Amino acid sequence: MAERSQTGRAAADREGRSEERPIGRVMAQVAMVMNLDKCIGCHTCSVTCKQAWTNRSGVEYAWFNNVETRPGQGYPRAYQDQERWKGGWVRRPDGRLVPRAGGRIKRLATIFANPVMPSIQDYYEPWTYDYETLTNAPLGDDFPVASPRSALTGKPMKVEWSANWDDDLAGGPELAAQDPIVRRIGDKVKLSFEETFMFYLPRICEHCLNPTCVAACPSGALYKRVEDGIVLVDQDRCRGWRMCVTACPYKKIYFNHKTGKAEKCTFCYPRVEVGMPTICSETCVGRLRYLGVVLYDADRVGEAASVEDEQDLYEAQLGVFLDPSDPRVRAAARRDGIPDRWVDSAVRSPVYALAKRFRVALPLHPEFRTMPMVWYVPPLSPVVDTLTRTGHDGEEAGNLFGAIDALRIPVEYLAELFTAGDTAPVDLVLRRLAAMRSYMRRVNLGQERDETIATAVGMTGTEIEDMYRLLALAKYDERYVVPTAFGVDEADRGVIEEVGCSLDFDGGPGMGGMGDVPFGEASGRPDAASVETFHALRERQTSDGAATGGRAGTDGRVNLLNWDGNGRPEGLFPPRDGGGTDNGGDRGAGPGPR
Amino acid sequence: MNPEAEAGGSGPMDLVLWGVLPYVVLVLVVGGLVWRYRYDRFGWTTRSSELYESRLLRIGSPLFHFGLLVVIVGHVVGLLIPDTWTRALGVSDTLYHVTALAFGIVAGVCTLAGIALLIWRRRTTGPVFSATTRNDKLMYVVLVLAIVTGLGMTVYFAGVELAGGHTGDYRETVSPWFRSIWILQPDIAAMAAAEPPYKLHALMGLALFALLPFTRLVHAFSAPVGYLFRPYVVYRTRDSHPAAAGQSARATRRGW
Ligand code: HEM
Ligand code: SF4
Ligand code: SF4
Repeated sequence: MAERSQTGRAAADREGRSEERPIGRVMAQVAMVMNLDKCIGCHTCSVTCKQAWTNRSGVEYAWFNNVETRPGQGYPRAYQDQERWKGGWVRRPDGRLVPRAGGRIKRLATIFANPVMPSIQDYYEPWTYDYETLTNAPLGDDFPVASPRSALTGKPMKVEWSANWDDDLAGGPELAAQDPIVRRIGDKVKLSFEETFMFYLPRICEHCLNPTCVAACPSGALYKRVEDGIVLVDQDRCRGWRMCVTACPYKKIYFNHKTGKAEKCTFCYPRVEVGMPTICSETCVGRLRYLGVVLYDADRVGEAASVEDEQDLYEAQLGVFLDPSDPRVRAAARRDGIPDRWVDSAVRSPVYALAKRFRVALPLHPEFRTMPMVWYVPPLSPVVDTLTRTGHDGEEAGNLFGAIDALRIPVEYLAELFTAGDTAPVDLVLRRLAAMRSYMRRVNLGQERDETIATAVGMTGTEIEDMYRLLALAKYDERYVVPTAFGVDEADRGVIEEVGCSLDFDGGPGMGGMGDVPFGEASGRPDAASVETFHALRERQTSDGAATGGRAGTDGRVNLLNWDGNGRPEGLFPPRDGGGTDNGGDRGAGPGPR
Repeated sequence: MNPEAEAGGSGPMDLVLWGVLPYVVLVLVVGGLVWRYRYDRFGWTTRSSELYESRLLRIGSPLFHFGLLVVIVGHVVGLLIPDTWTRALGVSDTLYHVTALAFGIVAGVCTLAGIALLIWRRRTTGPVFSATTRNDKLMYVVLVLAIVTGLGMTVYFAGVELAGGHTGDYRETVSPWFRSIWILQPDIAAMAAAEPPYKLHALMGLALFALLPFTRLVHAFSAPVGYLFRPYVVYRTRDSHPAAAGQSARATRRGW
């Protein structure tokens, strides 16, 4: 790849102007933008994602979507510190990229024990509660309590950490001071409650253009899909070498400790394929997520990812994105087999608009050199909050611009997150957001439109209004512009076929329960969900009375949630005079004393 | 054929153990691998326990695996290369045996120490122990027996030789038998003439082979050498589904 990019650059130099450079292989990616100003940190996205994908044993600790408070340690703890975790790529002096944890030979040499793999404690030890005691405890003076039990060993444990233990700056300066960014920009970040700032950062897999996880997989089980750029793990080819866990700088690959296979965010591909938004987007309370197609030049990815200065990576990645309205791009896309409706969709893509047209979305940690594809509109709120707290008008353009200049700390912090420390792009974004606020306030108050506010940030009034429409008003169809997959009929939009969805085809990232299996946990094909439901139903209909699920220790208790109204389950009704539990009518048999 | 072995003769037991059993094991290994690949690709993994514990694993696992790799190379050389070849190369028998013994003992001790550490870790680390199946336990027993018999025998014979005694050369008994298996003319007599420790170790080895496809040891067959030769980033199209395990190849369904 590096060689190709060398020659590519040389070719560009010869031609003088890079615009003249022929368009390489066009690829499409369904990408995401999140508007951080709107995130209220409610974790709905995490919970619905978990319900959809990871509420299984083996991935109790895994959150394909997690929301972390910044400043804070993140999940797993301090994952951004690549000196320690060795994720992402490094640029060698000769300009070539190698995974930070080592190239192919080093990987294989350390395959027997991965030298830098986070332990379960770095995420958190998953637990459940001993609910049984609540109902089974003998009568006594004290209320029974459900004490926490480790989900790994079943033993009692002390809960000391979780995926969002330091939510809302909980734990105060001691915990937040461990934030790798805080440590880097040093004592400038004030963590006392009067002076601090805070915002939420929801994270999923970045579905990178240059994914290190894929590069590190010895079996080739991880792959990037050509059609929509979604990065997936082939569960049948994964052999559990667990190199990808180290390689991903965002630590978005999770090792299922029961199946011994890697799992990751799937970008809800079964939904995206039929034109529906991902679960996290669909359920986002703040309606802050945007989905759309981005066309990019795959031949330039390697070159862009290996520019020398880390602070150029943001621009380099923007340079890889192609303008779908450009006829040359359209022609090249057609040449490379991208359906026209995908290109049309790319024209309406909110992601492209926010990232490239308005330039208010930024990549998360471009310095990891993986070319992430989930971008963020950085929050203006730390600035506005401080302004209002000090009694200023937080929507007045002059005040806001001044505050962005004055409040360097949040800006530097954001720059560490989004632009490898370069504050200029963050400044510009915040100014644009500030300009939008003041410009639109005048409009809403019926005042004259003030074009100078727009020009001060290099935009026009119309552009500001377009941006406002997208950031503030956009309805479902404008936020989620997802074309149905190649080969899927437009008429099938929104239909996930119940039998034969791709989940049970791939084994999904694991479907169904884990029964008793011959070769260790989770070997064999798990039953399809439909088969399981079938057996459960039949058991329910044919077994005597209530479905107790055969759990031990539940004798004499009936789970009313499972009771379908059939029969007279033992223990539910008081015995009749004649004894027995026949099914005959006479429901009127009173609950009198025995 | 080995004249000495001919003289010794061989009974029906020898026929079963050295004439029939190897082929049963061979069928089990090949058939088992094919079967497992077709029906249990999802279970084909190392089932790494590094997430639970890495301090001891980081020492034990490389010690065991690297030791084992040397042991495997040793077996390949010892069993497949006839003594006449090494002699023709000018390697004297004494030199050969001293080298083999030196490597063998060092590698064997590493392997044994490694597996001991791994088993100790497995027993004492809560989550690792709860993730240990009965299948694993059987595998560990056979694996350890194979290592212990092999290493014990090597040390014992080395000791006898050092004490000036004389022991039989496996390159005249076990090795010819092993090679003869592959040409479908098992030299039962050769193996029958081997000393009992060799027989015990060979049986343990056969048991271990028979278990390979049916335990977590299958991971050895997917050693990822191909990684060295592929580009870093793998692209795949959505449509080229290979048949998943447990399903025969069939016409692709609708796009998703
Ligand atoms: C060159 C091929 C091999 C590779 C790349 C390999 C790699 C691995 C890996 C990555 C693990 C998981 C360690 C962990 O994270 O828990 C493992 C475990 C194991 N391997 Fe291998 N292995 C190979 C060959 C073998 C062979 C030939 C055997 C024995 C016949 C073997 C026996 C074991 C055992 C017993 C374990 C479990 C260790 C434990 O956790 O107690 N391996 N191997
Ligand atoms: S963010 Fe996703 S695509 Fe990127 S390296 Fe990590 S797991 Fe791979
Ligand atoms: S659901 Fe939306 S608002 Fe709530 S935490 Fe997730 S991203 Fe933020």
